[in-house]
Amino acid sequence: MTMAALYDEAADPLLDTAADGPAPKAIVVAYGFWIFLLSDIVMFSAIFATYAVLAHATAGGPSGAQLFNETRVLVETGCLLLSSYTCGLMSLGIEARHRVATYCAAAVTFALGVAFLAVELSEFAGMVARGATPERSAFLSAFFTLVGCHGLHVTFGLLWLAVMMAQVVTKGFRDTVLRRLFCFSLFWHALDIIWVGIFTVVYLIGARS
Amino acid sequence: MSAQTRGNSSDSVQGVNRKALRFGFFVYTVGLLLAIILTATSFWAASTPLLWAPGVSLGLAVLAVAQMGVHLVFFIHITTGPDNTNNVLALAFGLMVVTLVVAGSLWIMANLNANMMPSTDLMNLHTQY
Amino acid sequence: MNILGKLSWSAIPISEPEDMIASGLMILAAVGVLVWVTVKGRWPYLWQEWLTSVDHKRIGVMYCILALLMLLRGFVDAIMMRAQQVMAAGGAQGYLPPQHYDQIFSAHGTIMIFFMAMPFIIGLMNFAVPLQLGIRDVAFPTLNSVSLGLTASGILLTNISLVVGEFAKTGWVAYPPLSELRFSPGVGVDYYLWALQISGVGTLLTGINFVTTILKMRAPGMSYMRMPVFCWTALATNLLIVAAFPILTATFAMLLLDRYLGFHFFTNSGQGNPMMYVNLFWAWGHPEVYILILPAFGIFSEVFATFSGKPLFGYRSIVAATMAICVFSFLVWLHHFFTMGAGADVNGFFGIMTMIIAVPTGVKIFNWLFTMFGGRVRFTVPVLWSLGFMVTFVIGGMTGVLLAVPPADFQLHNSLFLVAHFHNVLIGGLFFGVMAGYNYWFPKAFGFTLSERWGKAAFWCWLVGFYVAFMPLYALGLMGMTRRLQHYDNAAWQPLLIVAAAGALIVLCGIICQIIQLIVSIRERDEHRDKTGDPWNGRTLEWATPSPPPAWNFPALPRVEGKDAFWTEKRRIRGSSTEEPTSLRYEPIEVPKNSATGFVTAFFAVLTGFALIWHIWWMAMLGLVGAFITILAFAWRERAEIEIPAALIERVDRAYREALSR
Repeated sequence: MTMAALYDEAADPLLDTAADGPAPKAIVVAYGFWIFLLSDIVMFSAIFATYAVLAHATAGGPSGAQLFNETRVLVETGCLLLSSYTCGLMSLGIEARHRVATYCAAAVTFALGVAFLAVELSEFAGMVARGATPERSAFLSAFFTLVGCHGLHVTFGLLWLAVMMAQVVTKGFRDTVLRRLFCFSLFWHALDIIWVGIFTVVYLIGARS
Repeated sequence: MSAQTRGNSSDSVQGVNRKALRFGFFVYTVGLLLAIILTATSFWAASTPLLWAPGVSLGLAVLAVAQMGVHLVFFIHITTGPDNTNNVLALAFGLMVVTLVVAGSLWIMANLNANMMPSTDLMNLHTQY
Repeated sequence: MNILGKLSWSAIPISEPEDMIASGLMILAAVGVLVWVTVKGRWPYLWQEWLTSVDHKRIGVMYCILALLMLLRGFVDAIMMRAQQVMAAGGAQGYLPPQHYDQIFSAHGTIMIFFMAMPFIIGLMNFAVPLQLGIRDVAFPTLNSVSLGLTASGILLTNISLVVGEFAKTGWVAYPPLSELRFSPGVGVDYYLWALQISGVGTLLTGINFVTTILKMRAPGMSYMRMPVFCWTALATNLLIVAAFPILTATFAMLLLDRYLGFHFFTNSGQGNPMMYVNLFWAWGHPEVYILILPAFGIFSEVFATFSGKPLFGYRSIVAATMAICVFSFLVWLHHFFTMGAGADVNGFFGIMTMIIAVPTGVKIFNWLFTMFGGRVRFTVPVLWSLGFMVTFVIGGMTGVLLAVPPADFQLHNSLFLVAHFHNVLIGGLFFGVMAGYNYWFPKAFGFTLSERWGKAAFWCWLVGFYVAFMPLYALGLMGMTRRLQHYDNAAWQPLLIVAAAGALIVLCGIICQIIQLIVSIRERDEHRDKTGDPWNGRTLEWATPSPPPAWNFPALPRVEGKDAFWTEKRRIRGSSTEEPTSLRYEPIEVPKNSATGFVTAFFAVLTGFALIWHIWWMAMLGLVGAFITILAFAWRERAEIEIPAALIERVDRAYREALSR
């Protein structure tokens, strides 16, 4: 896209639909959800920034190095990554309009998501039992909020997945359901992207300092 | 019901799409394998004594960015095609904001904290409260 | 555990007469309206045509109505503050004890920014953008209705705080540690936080809606460089909303966690860092002021071009300046806290960036001047507001550049100089802009123009009143008077404060003129009918429809061939010797169906918010479950659209063309 092209009224390198009018609904919905995801990522970045600023504010309490268990994080990461993969397989099942494949892939995705949450909740419970509660220090407040916010998003995602499967059962693969399933898969993949940031910054880098 | 008939699963639909489905499966699987390799490398790099310690954090950051890229390309199917331009631009804008908020906050807060009283004196004041 | 949480009869401020009077009047007005609607039997009409409407035009009007009502509430707060400061000189205490005065200035700022300015610009964008783009509605009409409902919920909660409980006493920015539970144990800060979190979600959804609409849905042939400038500024505004509001959501969430669950983000203990709140708040706060001003810039661009009878000068440079402001607004936020203790390098960087960001705005000022130059300018009410803006905003901008110099800011931060500056740009910029837009688009929305006479009277009262009210504040700031003072010792300040109070009374006359303008215009509406849909000889597509436009806006989406699409079409038709025969084939059009989703969501949002404020946990759960069920109900609805028969479209269009040819 050259500067000349930008100034040329007739040519429009930025958009192919200029000549056609409003884009089809599937594209509009997908783009709208994409923008929502970006806003969600900005929200996470504000919490991330706070975590980064407060990472050493342990107030004499336990630090990350003392609390984090690498094996547990590896299991969580594996669960979420695999669930992203099975979500992709679910998308293929949807494209093929194959109900059984869709339900199976969705079930595995759901199970992996539940496994992720179970490990995370057990980690939180263990920390609370050791007195490493979010009320103990600013670092712990930030940790529980950042990781917990992600976990909350995963929980909403699982709820959404269950609702979507109910929609497939009752309405089949009609256009509204297809659009919403696409949005769900975008959401689920984005959650794994955010988790990459979390496990790298909070657990891997955090445990070293 | 909508006017389009995409809602019905039929043999002809599946037959036409079979190649696309195989390609899709290939893309997802390659993405998974790449992500596994990058993730494993991250975990290894974080705990191995073989690497120069100060460089590990930077390496982990690079690996994280690579993993995010794999997700974007292989799972979310971001491309550089003209129909995707708006998505890429929006992503770039979002990333700019994220970078400014995180880096800006770190720079500002570090600067502010450096100009604060030493924390031991601050703690003394607190206990006196 | 008390079943009603912290709520008890003591929450009603029986011992505070001013509060009881204000609450009583407000309840009386609200009940009065409800009774009048019931007596007139207008509930079915109100429900079907307005409350469940997902039409962008209706939603836009409702946003503007909310904004105008909150303007009155916020202005009452302003008059009360001016009166207090006139009285409380030397040893006098005035009539408002500090506990009250603090709530009033906090409510004034919160209401004016979040519940007057934001709804007004969102309302105008809602009304005009789809029409200007030549399409039928926004990308997500039901979501639009939900946004309106959530904004109304925030407004309702804030007004409930007048009757039940209290409002925040922290100022509209609510800095910790003052806003933490330890120093604000009451419900005031909770009202503030929940009202803004709820309406913030609504605003974010609006941002998503409009970015998608502008980028993905335009009439055939309308490339980016053929869009009206108001749509460009709407795009930049909504991109800023999408990028900035999540920061506020996260920041308020962290403060809420501190207050409700004892976390230590911003507390003094536990190694919390209150400065991080200030940092994050303004990382949102600076983009917010550009969110407020950019739509006003867009309105001025439309008004100057239309009433000069010339195309806007330097379309490309205005577009470039707008998008530059969009990006730069994320590079200056520290100038709101120069005095918090950052070093010279950090302060210097942000100071220079703040001065640089004034440049694109300067470019726009010249573009507007050159638009008028060589044109035949018609001095209608929108043009008066725009000219008032040019002078006033430039002064406000210059004081802003002065404040951008850190050493100067060290003297002037949080003084009345700062207060004068931001009122200068907000009133002179944003408010004059929405008044221009209100007068400009009113005939399109309602089918008759507003009274020019009363509109001009309102303008002059506002212009004179503004200067009389705020120029003394610049002087007072330079004399050392701090903001938010409930009383002061230096009697030398009192004369200037009396002048300022007089200015506020002149502005009150302006507001009264605007109320009269509305009443008179409605009574005389038949004389001021807009029969052609084009009362101003406009240039953009919204004027190519009847006034008010039908639900479907256009019988067929217009084919756009250049900038100022409607002007081009008018010249083409006038240029040809014969009027083009209407060989249009009318097809039925699908429009989005009405939905109660927005209204019901608002109900559950108010319920949940109120419950969380008062710690009534079971009610909060009920509200959340209710909201979830509402979403499910929406997700399972069978029909999303309703079909308008071709015969109706033809009838409306033929009537419109007939009116045009007369």
